[in-house]
Amino acid sequence: MGEWLSEIWRTREILFFLAWRDVKVRYKQAALGVAWAVIQPLSTMIVFAFFFGQVAKIPSDGVPYRLFSYTGLLLWTYFSVALGQVGNSLVANSNLITKIYFPRVLLPAAAALAGLLDLLVGSVFLVGLMIYYHVAPGWSVLLTPLFVVETVLLVMGLGMLLAALNVRYRDVKYTIPFAVQIGLFVTPIIYPMSFFSGRLQSWLALNPMAGIVEGFRACLLNTPVDWPLVGSSWAITLVLFVVGSLHFRSTERVFADIV
Amino acid sequence: MAESITVENLSKRYEIGALRRDTQLREQLMSLVRAPFKRHAPKEVLWALRDVSFSVQEGEVVGIIGRNGAGKSTLLKVLSKITYPTTGRVRARGRVASLLEVGTGFHEELTGRENIYLNGSILGMKKREVDKKLDAIVEFSGVERFIDTPIKRYSSGMRMRLGFAVAAHLEPDVLIVDEVLAVGDAAFQKKCLSAMQELQGGGRTVLFVSHNMAAVENLCTRGLWIANGQVRMDGGTHEVIEAYMNSFTSAEDAGAELNVVDGRRGTGEVRYTRVEFLSQAREPQPVTRSGKAMVVRMHYHANEPIERPCFGLKVLTDMGTLVTDASTWLHGIDIPLVPPGDGYVDLEIDFLNLLPGRYYLTLWIDSVIRQGRIFDAIEHAMHLDIEEAPVYNSSRRIDSRYGLVYFPQRWNLEGISRTPDVEVRSGTR
Repeated sequence: MGEWLSEIWRTREILFFLAWRDVKVRYKQAALGVAWAVIQPLSTMIVFAFFFGQVAKIPSDGVPYRLFSYTGLLLWTYFSVALGQVGNSLVANSNLITKIYFPRVLLPAAAALAGLLDLLVGSVFLVGLMIYYHVAPGWSVLLTPLFVVETVLLVMGLGMLLAALNVRYRDVKYTIPFAVQIGLFVTPIIYPMSFFSGRLQSWLALNPMAGIVEGFRACLLNTPVDWPLVGSSWAITLVLFVVGSLHFRSTERVFADIV
Repeated sequence: MAESITVENLSKRYEIGALRRDTQLREQLMSLVRAPFKRHAPKEVLWALRDVSFSVQEGEVVGIIGRNGAGKSTLLKVLSKITYPTTGRVRARGRVASLLEVGTGFHEELTGRENIYLNGSILGMKKREVDKKLDAIVEFSGVERFIDTPIKRYSSGMRMRLGFAVAAHLEPDVLIVDEVLAVGDAAFQKKCLSAMQELQGGGRTVLFVSHNMAAVENLCTRGLWIANGQVRMDGGTHEVIEAYMNSFTSAEDAGAELNVVDGRRGTGEVRYTRVEFLSQAREPQPVTRSGKAMVVRMHYHANEPIERPCFGLKVLTDMGTLVTDASTWLHGIDIPLVPPGDGYVDLEIDFLNLLPGRYYLTLWIDSVIRQGRIFDAIEHAMHLDIEEAPVYNSSRRIDSRYGLVYFPQRWNLEGISRTPDVEVRSGTR
């Protein structure tokens, strides 16, 4: 394990170049360029605000519904897009895997890293939205990066597992978008956790993204944080990260033979 | 000198057919449901490498030769850690760079300059190193004018140049190179070869796979012949190449059955079965001499109707240089249909202007309509020995020292100023 980590450290420049490639390529020949990073969560937010906020009148813990749903969508968009990219990272780079050696984990890691640029751009818009709604953050805003880190760990944990499985079973490629679509509805993005009864809440808490979204939103918008929810979310994320890494490690030797 | 690479009892097993069956999760789940305690049916296995051991000293340049499918590429992949050996181990000292492909990781949308950084980094260079060598790399590649253009606008030649330019500046301790010089024009190949020679001068260890025997002979200090996943011979470059070339000579002199499988490719709807060398009168002709006529009769067997095939034959020297390529397609001949069953095609040569020596024939049948579909291809299917003949009507011995081919020719000496005392004589002395 130590040797593995030191090798990753030695080859970290490859990680940055791969992530840089992904970023560069993503918006090449797209007239709107990086604006897409805002357009995606923004347009979803507008649709949600209309159907769920205005028509269905779903509560939003006293926060303006637009701000409420955008906060959740920001992390969710990163999670869903990055998970898809990470899950396909090995198959999409099979030309590299079969022709050159470097620590294989750099491929999913680069995909997870590249997605952060979109998150950053989307966050700038979020700040604008907070100013618009006159929502002032408290000291707890300093904790928000922890939720971003947790999302990255979760994406990596699930992503390493899926990427390794994808090498052997291409079914994974079809599973990810479909699972992500369901995930959107079992994550408190269009509704707050408080919308449901206690028993249903504990079921929803099994989804680590629930704790991430609720915690991130509470810390950012200065509302009470549900610490047990956040804690269990971290625990699940770390377990998934360890499971993902171990599975990846145990299968990476055969990637080049079967990809 | 220290050992640079040590390979001990290396074996690599592939399970054939395992890939397709396994890739569907459903299949696996189904078989698990049907017979939860049954072990999977034994898969067909292929030993791409079997108990390979050798070591390479620092500064040695080793040429690895062998037929297609002999295990050369698998060996390189194991040495470069791309794939893991089933058993055995490899130890390498220092920085190992492997070049199994030129321009690995190039991205179409990125510019030449961006790709230099990406490719360099993947090949193991630090950014600082690339910064320092950037100008030299760009100059070596000869694509200065297009360096900020996305490489999707590059020709394949330009891509090759750029890729090799990066590789040439790697400065590894051990360089592993697969058949990458086979592509690109002659001038660039020469540049690459001299770049590799510089590497050799710099005391680097190089492992080099090639089918170009002339390149192996020129560059390498040692030859390693791999056959059927094993080391067949290890020694001086010249001796190993000689032995390798002689291994093709099992064929009969006036014809050969082609039921071999070794080194054969293609999908097999139609296959060559036999080749004969005949005289113009269609009599067997075991000895072929320079300047004479001959007929190469290629028998085939078709398992099904074959639409618009192309029959072809290549003549190569023992060094792997292509002398000539002959095919029905090059003649514009359209063969609408070959019915199933046995048949033959005759290649009639009126005047064989090859100089004496041993030549090798590569035979193939491919499809004119479906690009890339090869029905049958046999590298070095058989050899063709050309015997000496007084081709210039002189008593001079005309053998392989004088080249591969000769032209029908005359010397005209009228331009030499005549003095009364000297008589220019022609003909046999």
